[in-house]
Amino acid sequence: MGDLREHMVKFGRRYTQLITAVLYNCHITGFVRGRIYKGDSKGICVPGLNCYSCPGAAFACPLGSLQGALAKTAYKLPLYMLGTLLLFGILFGRMICGFLCPFGLIQELLHKIPLPKIKKSPVTRALSFLKYVILIVFVVAIPVIRLAPGFCKYICPAGTLEAGLPLVLMNEQLQSRIGWLFSWKVFVMAVCILACMVCYRAFCRFLCPLGAIYSFFNPVAFFGIRVDEKKCTGCNACIRMCGMDTKRVGDHECIHCGECRRVCPEGAISYFTKEDKNGTI
Amino acid sequence: MAKNKRIIQWALLAVSVVLIAAGFIDNGFREVMTKAVMICLECIGIG
Repeated sequence: MGDLREHMVKFGRRYTQLITAVLYNCHITGFVRGRIYKGDSKGICVPGLNCYSCPGAAFACPLGSLQGALAKTAYKLPLYMLGTLLLFGILFGRMICGFLCPFGLIQELLHKIPLPKIKKSPVTRALSFLKYVILIVFVVAIPVIRLAPGFCKYICPAGTLEAGLPLVLMNEQLQSRIGWLFSWKVFVMAVCILACMVCYRAFCRFLCPLGAIYSFFNPVAFFGIRVDEKKCTGCNACIRMCGMDTKRVGDHECIHCGECRRVCPEGAISYFTKEDKNGTI
Repeated sequence: MAKNKRIIQWALLAVSVVLIAAGFIDNGFREVMTKAVMICLECIGIG
């Protein structure tokens, strides 16, 4: 029993990521027929980044849906999408990035490829703010002004990898319509893949606007990693081992992966504080 | 401080539920579904 518990502590997050990726893309026949799912569940958004044009996608992408809603009627607030993102954010914050995002899983697996790695630095910390610029320009401004899903159209590597490539490969009609935009998107996807091999979660840290949205909720989310301040000695072992550009555990860059728990010499880091366990405030 | 955080958490949770409900009434669910069941040519790089 102890071995099982230890195994789950070590690999539980990976299992959660794998199960999540399969659940989001459970429309297996879509990959065989080259067609996307058209059921009612496509009106429900999943928390993580998962292109709804993926042949396997059984649900909608929150980022694509937000841009679609903004582009459809620029002067009407997309209440359903704002409520959905707020719900995901207040419940989990960036824990979604660490546990419930298939593209986060892909990035982590790419990083396991044995290549020289770029360590985090003040430069990567500065670059981490680029995702907020992408959020404002590509997710909000372009859909409102140009009535097009800016991030999906010009950047999203998840859309190219999960949807663009499979659908184009399986559909001759789509192959005949390939132009400069497809070439650009494949280029962006290739750069992101290469970057993730040498830089931990490069897309997540520097480009992902969904992570940018959820980062606002990290200070107030119901669930997430916590530090017991009474036990913490400020040794910063947690920050030194963290692959993200965090300055403290649980800040806006923290994806709540929990890897820092293993290196804390005081056992001060957990998913629940003592106050939470006792139910007192 | 912890009490204020709890108030903010539950308030935002309530707001999210209200927004989703209002969005349902406003046809938001149907709009998302209508978009998601069609291949997004922009998303896949066709334009």
